[in-house]
Amino acid sequence: MLTYLSIIVTAIFVNNIVFAQFLGICPFLGVSKKLSSALGMGAAVTFVMTLATCVTWLVQYGILEPWGLGYMQTIVFILVIAALVQMLEIIIKKIAPGLYQALGVFLPLITTNCAVLGVAILVIQKGMNLGESMVYAVATAIGFTLALVVFAGIREQLRMVDVPAPMRGIPIALICAGMLAMAFMGFSGISVG
Amino acid sequence: MNKLRIIYNGIVNENPTFVLLLGMCPTLGTTGSAMTGMSMGLATMGVLICSNVAISAIKSLVPDRVRIPAYIVVIATFVTLLQMFMAAYLPALNASLGIFIPLIVVNCILLGRAEAFASRHTVADSCMDGIGIGLGFTVALTLLGAVREILGTGTVFGLRLFPETFGSLVFVLAPGAFIALGFLIALINYIRKRS
Amino acid sequence: MKKLSSTLTNMALSLGIITIGASALLAWVNSLTAGPIEEARQKSEIDAIKSVTPPFDNNPRAEAWDWIPETDTVPFIVYPAMENGAFVGAAVNGYSKNGFGGEIKVMYGFDSTGAVTGYQVLSHAETPGLGAKMQEWFSMDAGNRSVLGKDPAQTAMYVSKDAGGAIDGITAATITSRAFLETLRNCYKAFEAYKVDHGYASDVNRTAGDATTGATSHHQS
Repeated sequence: MLTYLSIIVTAIFVNNIVFAQFLGICPFLGVSKKLSSALGMGAAVTFVMTLATCVTWLVQYGILEPWGLGYMQTIVFILVIAALVQMLEIIIKKIAPGLYQALGVFLPLITTNCAVLGVAILVIQKGMNLGESMVYAVATAIGFTLALVVFAGIREQLRMVDVPAPMRGIPIALICAGMLAMAFMGFSGISVG
Repeated sequence: MNKLRIIYNGIVNENPTFVLLLGMCPTLGTTGSAMTGMSMGLATMGVLICSNVAISAIKSLVPDRVRIPAYIVVIATFVTLLQMFMAAYLPALNASLGIFIPLIVVNCILLGRAEAFASRHTVADSCMDGIGIGLGFTVALTLLGAVREILGTGTVFGLRLFPETFGSLVFVLAPGAFIALGFLIALINYIRKRS
Repeated sequence: MKKLSSTLTNMALSLGIITIGASALLAWVNSLTAGPIEEARQKSEIDAIKSVTPPFDNNPRAEAWDWIPETDTVPFIVYPAMENGAFVGAAVNGYSKNGFGGEIKVMYGFDSTGAVTGYQVLSHAETPGLGAKMQEWFSMDAGNRSVLGKDPAQTAMYVSKDAGGAIDGITAATITSRAFLETLRNCYKAFEAYKVDHGYASDVNRTAGDATTGATSHHQS
């Protein structure tokens, strides 16, 4: 149990995927202008990341390793993720049109979200078992959502501020992100168990 | 289009980092020093040139509706080749860039250039575009890495410019990456507007 | 040349051919680079061993010996260094999970008496500029920073901040320093256990247990 708790705290706060590992920066900057879309993106990423990590873990230990195809990891993982996102899009559209309305626009963006592929590769590199991998994926996605939502809240306020012209848009957003990253550094060194 | 113009265009007008704002993850994650930034830029450039050439060579053999998966397979192949060569001949560099090497696959620059340029231009032009955009990315990463290294530790490419007490460590750490990139983009916006 | 139309056959054929071509290319290059990758891995291991132990003429990797710490399941690996058939020391590949950023891995070298001859930090996730300085810090000839030349049986390998410790920890990175020294103590235990196991322990009084009983009490403080 303690291992799981430690994985969760580390993945959400200490090693936050955006602020400490620099993964998933594109959606972090792209979809953080409005709080509502940030929440939608966060939910979509949580969904896909968990499912993708589960499937890629099974592929790695069920197919690639036994057949000595470890070197095909990158190519197979990205194809699995791309196919999974496509399938999810079709399935959600069919069975849950409401959910599709909410998440649909974010799904295609997720294929090129490096956080999803990153987590899939990281759990293999860290040698986690399936349970740990799933917990790690969920926690990382929650950390991503947290970062995205906090950042969107700040950016909504930022629109009303008089920022010097060259700094408007992405530059000031990056500087705010830097300050948030500093705040997240306060979590480093925390360990559970 | 003039070949040199394509290259110039990639470095200045369509600089992937400072103007198009693509490929932010490696830009922030591998620029702790000028050397790692430059290595990452060159690695990405290598894959980009190869994938641009290959994709423009096979573009007429790929039906429109499956072009994205086809491009992904091509890009992932070259990334895996790069991984193998780096693990065999540059193991230290491979270890320091870590997960950002396989993640070149999802770097939006590659798929973006495949879609926007290589799928509609000749092989030679696509090669030039790969060189130009790749150089633009390399220049941006080296610049950001150098700025962070100077402010963080007072060295650049390992050469000491300022005494050891000069640096403000935060620039080597995560927050400094965001802040340094923010100011660099602002500076470039300013220069572009003036000229 | 005209673009192929998006019929099912064309799509399947085109994707199939690209995938097969890609796989074939990768399999071929993999068979070419598998050797050099393995060589590079072995070379970095041998280089790490060479950099910490006295000169040797055997193949330490072939004689590697595992030692499992009480608190974990992953073994420490002892690489014995022999010269002309005589035991001259060993390198121990050990780790601690109590670093500031998680696990640190360090290769320590000992001579046959047990004095530290060198060390190399193999991997860590400590803060750059603070904890990450351990590679330089603990070999500096300043104050009581250096662990080199000291025998863990006679020197309390704890940070001087903790009661009874004899080593100056890195300024502002005490947690890293503690983890670094914890690795050293455990590597020494592994080294002593190896000597006992292989009959090199000339001085029976100085076994791993004795070396660390005093130390355990420091740890409590």
